[in-house]
This record gives sequence, C-alpha cells and structure tokens, in this order.
Amino acid sequence: MNATPTTLDREENVEAFNLVDPVLLKELRVQMLKFAVLQLSDQQLAEDAVQDALVGALKNAASFNRKAALKTWVFAILKNKIVDILRKRIRLKETTGFSTDGEGEEGQNSLFDKKGFWQKEERPGAWAQPMEAVKKDHFWLVFDTCLNELPASQARVFMMREFIELDSTEICESLDMTTSNLHVLLYRSRLRLRDCLEKHWFIKGDRS
Amino acid sequence: MNCEQATRLLSDGQERELSFKEKAALKIHVLMCSGCSNFAQQMHVLRDFAQLYTQGGRDDDKK
Repeated sequence: MNATPTTLDREENVEAFNLVDPVLLKELRVQMLKFAVLQLSDQQLAEDAVQDALVGALKNAASFNRKAALKTWVFAILKNKIVDILRKRIRLKETTGFSTDGEGEEGQNSLFDKKGFWQKEERPGAWAQPMEAVKKDHFWLVFDTCLNELPASQARVFMMREFIELDSTEICESLDMTTSNLHVLLYRSRLRLRDCLEKHWFIKGDRS
Repeated sequence: MNCEQATRLLSDGQERELSFKEKAALKIHVLMCSGCSNFAQQMHVLRDFAQLYTQGGRDDDKK
C-alpha cells in the first residue's frame, strides 16, 4: 500500500497539496482507508474511493485553514462515494454473502440473567458528561478500539447505519439480509459498544 | 417485559416507529429500571458519537 497517492502529484493538485500538512494527510488517509475497507470489504475499491475523495477535497484545500474543516469535508466526500458504490451494488443485486449466524451471541447472553434482567455487574451506569469526552483524543482511541472489538458483521452494519447514515432498507438490500436480521445485528452492536465504552471510559456510575 | 426485551425495543426504536403498545410497556419498564433508563439515554449518545466521528469531532484542534 502506497502512502503517497500518485494522482496528487498531477500539476493541478500540486498547489493545493502543498497547503496541507503531509503528516496530517497521511493520518487522514489511514483513517479513511480503514473506514472504507470495512464498508466495502474490498481493498482496491476502498483505495480508489479514498483516493478520489482526497483528490476532490484537495482541489479546494485552499479554503480549509482548519484541520477539522478539511477532515469533515473529505469524510463527507468519502461517505458519498461509498454510498454510490453501495447503491450500485444494490442495483446489480450483488450479494456480499456474509451471514449473521452465531456471531456475538455469547457476549450478549452474559449481560442478562436467565430471566432476561441485567446481571448486577452489567447493569448500565449513568455516563458522566459524554459530550465532554468527545473533546479528548484518548476517548476516540477507546472508541476505535471498541469498534474494532465488535464482530465484523456487527461493526459493518453499525458503521453503515450510524456513520454513513443509510436507512434500514438500503442496508438490507445492500447486504441481502432481512430487516429482522439487521435489527438483531444493530442491537448486538449497540449492546457491545456501549458496554465497552462504559468499561473502558466512563467511570462506573451509581448502579443502585 | 424484562431488560433484554426493553433494550431490544430501545435499539429498534432507532430504526422504526414503535407501536403504542410497545412504547407504553417500554415506558413503564424504563421508569422502574435504572439500567434500562441509562441504556435509553446512551442510545442517543451513541448516535451523537457516531456523527461526531465522521464530522471532525476527533480533531485535536477542537476547543
């Protein structure tokens, strides 16, 4: 995998390219690629989508003097590209052939007792100031780690639903799964993700 | 309704409009159960986190 996109060296992009810190660009590209690979399950398609998004964004790089603005912009473009690719797949009725069987059942069962009530240790606590957490870099490291710990099928639907903001119908068609399967996967992903965030970030609050 | 059913409905509520019956049963459960009440709030927080994730919320130059 080449960290320096060759297309960026084309003349029309050189000027814009120089305006962006190369270290930042490299980091951004890694994050984007990870995101795209998970969504598309195809390294080459993902690299192309990231490449296009970066080139598109950098054409207007002069107007981005804030890092956050550039990042918001490239991710917005990337999301659109991924949605386009996924919609094309829906039209082609291409199935990605991944199943929901057996993933994550064990983790879920241990959260509840036999009657379906929270195990004492697992009962969700109150999260103190979640909107303060998002200002901290370390929080996002924890968030990434928790996402990575989800089974791939759960992480994928969670990201399609919450990051790309596709609706249930679009995800079901794209992955050729039933609505009830999707809802189970989303449910499991949310159970796990919140559990992981609570255990690794939020100080366990009052469980009484 | 137990906690497993309640949390499932709280997650489904992010995907579809719950029926009146579902909403009513859920409301009663959540009123009595602090764990599920926290879970309910966290469903919204998770959605906010996800939006910030792709909207530059992870940037260190954010004040």
